[in-house]
Amino acid sequence: MELRSRIPTGPIEQKWDKHRFEMKLVNPANKRKFSVIVVGTGLAGGSAAATLSELGYHVLCFSFHDSPRRAHSIAAQGGINAAKNYQNDGDSIYRLFYDTVKGGDFRAREANVYRLAQISVNIIDQCVAQGVPFAREYGGLLSNRSFGGAQVSRTFYARGQTGQQLLLGAYQALEKEIARGGVQMFTHTEMLDLVLVDGRARGIITRNLRTGAIEAYAADAVVLATGGYGNVFYLSTNAKNCNATAIWRAHKRGAAFANPCFTQIHPTCIPVSGDYQSKLTLMSESLRNDGRVWVPKKAGDKRPPREIPEAERDYYLERKYPSFGNLSPRDIASRAAKEVCDEGRGVGETGRGVYLDFEDAIKRLGEQKIRERYGNLFEMYEQITDENPYQVPMRIYPAVHYTMGGLWVDYNLMTTIPGLHVLGEANFSDHGANRLGASALMQGLADGYFIIPYTIGDYLANTKLEKITTDRPEFAEAKASVAALTTRLLGIKGKRTVDAFHRELGQIMWEDCGMARSAEGLRRALSRIPEVREEFWRNVNVPGSDVELNQALEKAGRVADYLEFAELMCTDALHREESCGGHLRVEHQTPDGETQRDDSRFAYAAAWEFCGVGNAPVLHKEPLTFEYVPLSQRSYK
Amino acid sequence: MRLTLKVWRQKGPDAPGRLVEYEAPDVSPDMSFLEMLDVVNERLMERGEDPIEFAHDCREGICGTCSLMIDGVAHGPVRGAATCQVHMRSFADGASITIEPWRARPFPIIKDLVVDRAALDRIIQAGGYISAPTGGSPDGNAILIAKRYADDAMDAAACIGCGACVAACPNASASLFTAAKVSHLGLLPQGQPERYRRVVRMVEQMDLEGFGGCTLYGECQEACPKLISIDTIARMNRDYFKAAVIAGDRATVPEAAG
Repeated sequence: MELRSRIPTGPIEQKWDKHRFEMKLVNPANKRKFSVIVVGTGLAGGSAAATLSELGYHVLCFSFHDSPRRAHSIAAQGGINAAKNYQNDGDSIYRLFYDTVKGGDFRAREANVYRLAQISVNIIDQCVAQGVPFAREYGGLLSNRSFGGAQVSRTFYARGQTGQQLLLGAYQALEKEIARGGVQMFTHTEMLDLVLVDGRARGIITRNLRTGAIEAYAADAVVLATGGYGNVFYLSTNAKNCNATAIWRAHKRGAAFANPCFTQIHPTCIPVSGDYQSKLTLMSESLRNDGRVWVPKKAGDKRPPREIPEAERDYYLERKYPSFGNLSPRDIASRAAKEVCDEGRGVGETGRGVYLDFEDAIKRLGEQKIRERYGNLFEMYEQITDENPYQVPMRIYPAVHYTMGGLWVDYNLMTTIPGLHVLGEANFSDHGANRLGASALMQGLADGYFIIPYTIGDYLANTKLEKITTDRPEFAEAKASVAALTTRLLGIKGKRTVDAFHRELGQIMWEDCGMARSAEGLRRALSRIPEVREEFWRNVNVPGSDVELNQALEKAGRVADYLEFAELMCTDALHREESCGGHLRVEHQTPDGETQRDDSRFAYAAAWEFCGVGNAPVLHKEPLTFEYVPLSQRSYK
Repeated sequence: MRLTLKVWRQKGPDAPGRLVEYEAPDVSPDMSFLEMLDVVNERLMERGEDPIEFAHDCREGICGTCSLMIDGVAHGPVRGAATCQVHMRSFADGASITIEPWRARPFPIIKDLVVDRAALDRIIQAGGYISAPTGGSPDGNAILIAKRYADDAMDAAACIGCGACVAACPNASASLFTAAKVSHLGLLPQGQPERYRRVVRMVEQMDLEGFGGCTLYGECQEACPKLISIDTIARMNRDYFKAAVIAGDRATVPEAAG
């Protein structure tokens, strides 16, 4: 396996323009002769499918949801970054690039990040043209707010529902193309395998979730936009059905998986309340614009928050990071919360929580203004906790939210399997070891609207692709292996439910591969995961049959994949003997508890090659060079 | 809390269905409604029975997947909330709760509590978009939009496509769903060129799918988890009427109408 990043030469400002010119084009009349499979209909997949169809390609688009509008991008609350500098506060493409590379703790590719910052301005224009109702000022101009990890206001938003509105824009464009006949849409259809013909990605195997039918589809190229793997932790802010099955099975067919240990723990989520908890709910980071984070100074102080006098409160983010304060990047804010809770200063019944207090903001701006800014978030909080955050401070705690790792892709977003492209959260490319707020939406749409439509043309124009159908033996082989897996899962008839295994795995991952990782803990996890996996395949109980809607069966396949993937994640975390971004190895900290990178040994993306379940994967390194943003210790003080 | 559930069970689209009673003995008031069903399902599976299939995903009220009729009320007793945002503290200890799927002819039942809502996607396909192919868009600030219109458009755009409006309507009308999209796009300057063509096509698709007509019961806005107002329906009707009058032939409204 060879990692060729295909980063264009030349100055960073000119790389993308130069590359766009150098890429081969597909003649408009020839485009309709090419078919492209797009799996996933979130921001990345939806925008890619719509745009490829607009260009004239024949698109086959797949979603396991009942409608393409339901992908989890819809739940993104806060906003989308763009280097428009509408606020005249000194923003620029270069600054967004700089902030993102630094925020990612120098573990992303400079060239990709620069391109992302360049494209950010086009995204806003595109979305406005589609009718995305961004927040506006009285004069009719677009409104902005600030977000963690930045000192400028470059975040565009649509109340607390930015992801929803951007996704509906992409969804509507997709539906327009479906109606026009350019996109053939398959809903309630889950991809369960990737098919390679002569070493190239040429199709997928799917299961119709209503009838159970296993089907094969062939195309000239395959695009995966299937999101992240945060649900390996069981509890996360991801939607319940988010899963890593598509990318994991592509990995098993030969696509390298990069930096799986880079996961983001978001600092502002509603704390866990009981064993039955099925998922965690995020409170948008935008709340940190006006909310102040604090805990009591004294450990074990159980007084109600309003009875704790100012002098006995520790506004620890403001104290430790005076220049960024409550807007410190996510990894830093999360770890700081864990630290104060570990010291016994956590609040709420479980002691795993910190206050996010709006008292000062309400005094300064009035309740009405706060209601305008965050009304729906406050309501959501009250619905879940039965507490009114206008009167008592919110309680928050970090939770798994986003995964920076993913399938390794080159500058063209192509994996180590020719013809297989990966977009959005499912790839590893732009956020390094930590993603800044409001950058996920930006990346998903950049990949889908503005990058893949160019780069896939270059692949198709440069590649001699034989016309094939699903009659090829490779499809029959993959179909048989998918069917065999289903039969095996249904045949075990053990004693424990799928969720019981998922919860057990999640507990292991949260304890030993969560916010703070140690060699000892990771080794413990690496010995326990195969045990759980072994028990799963012996003792799982999957009810029902394979010829009907059977959500337990769907979930069983996904958990089976997590039980393999988790091992790779811990292996990666163990091998990376440094701390960077969201990856904190307790052995590698600065004297004041910040991440201690080791650039001489680890300034690379770790791309792992699959060598069979239970076998050690092979590590391939893509060295990262920093020519524009000088390597330095991140400081938000 | 101790609850008795009466749940609609139906093997498949063509199988007969019936209400089946289940006991839920130790429910915590802090559980969400779906977490309560998770616990019931875990028990069923431990006993070797088939779990109750219900649609769900984000569990924070935004994806629009969950869709339960709880004691005859779409999304249950909490106003402005989807099923996943309803917590058990909204029910009395010892209560008996009836759980059914959305019921409307254009929403065939797939299994148990899961229905097929593809008809809503087809209404969007008929015209619920602005034709702005990727690339070539003017600067985002090139066209000013008064805050009032941007806010009204956002109110309508908040629709999560769950179909509660249809389930709540005695006529099984999809008017609120359709009107929300017609309003969102029709209120924005970018949506003007296709405004009348859009409304005609979407309304006709709604009829084709077999949704009923709107007779202004107003049940839809009560059931809507995003509290979208039936003012949007008035706006849709006005635009539809204008399109019909201006164009004469409703099916071929010229782009420039209005």
